[in-house]
Amino acid sequence: MAAYIRVQTEDFNISEEIATLRARNPRVGAVASFMGCVRDMNEGDSVKLMYLEHYPGMTERELERISADAASRWSIFDTLIVHRVGELRPLDQIVLVIATSAHRGDAFAACEFMMDYLKTQAPFWKRESTVDGERWVEARASDDIAAKRWQSAETQTPSHAG
Amino acid sequence: MAEVHTSIQLVFLARLRERFGVARETLSLDSSEISVASLLAKLRSRDSVFADELAEGRAYRVAVNHTVVGGEHSVRAGDEVAIFPPVTGG
Repeated sequence: MAAYIRVQTEDFNISEEIATLRARNPRVGAVASFMGCVRDMNEGDSVKLMYLEHYPGMTERELERISADAASRWSIFDTLIVHRVGELRPLDQIVLVIATSAHRGDAFAACEFMMDYLKTQAPFWKRESTVDGERWVEARASDDIAAKRWQSAETQTPSHAG
Repeated sequence: MAEVHTSIQLVFLARLRERFGVARETLSLDSSEISVASLLAKLRSRDSVFADELAEGRAYRVAVNHTVVGGEHSVRAGDEVAIFPPVTGG
């Protein structure tokens, strides 16, 4: 099990990242990935530009903890989290989360779990520029709810079919 | 003889950094340790912006040496204490 973490300003290529993970482990039978990107609308306003700030040091530590948590809950091989920081524009990719496993159930669950925890615990903040000026994006209660549901893990353990 | 710390590093992030007008500062401690709750009270007494943003009930987090902690946690000389709004990455 390896947990790959990257925080970077550069874009990423999902196909290349998946190919690299698969090449490192021929036992991989399932790859689940999530990519989040910048929308041109938020809260009803047109977004021209987004700036992503983070807390270096704590960010890497949290992403490693989230990856380790996922590995302890599901039967997965490797995980990858890539998060971009700095200036981003509509259509730009922001975040990539990948989990590989032998079967799909564990890969799907681990990927969603990592994303839910990243949204609520990893120290990143978005500031967006709209026609009305700049504003910090507010945290959503729905993200907290999404993360909390994993605390009742019994109902979320996937079957190993796949 | 080991280096003796008598201060902590304060880090403010995102919206709070902009509101306070400071990203990082060194704060001298009167004693070898202070609870997070006491530290917050000390910061609130600075001015109305600190008082308002760090008021009880406002949504913000405190991390000591990169781990989120509660008000009862003891901050010790040499620690890095970050205060930030709820996260919005992903």
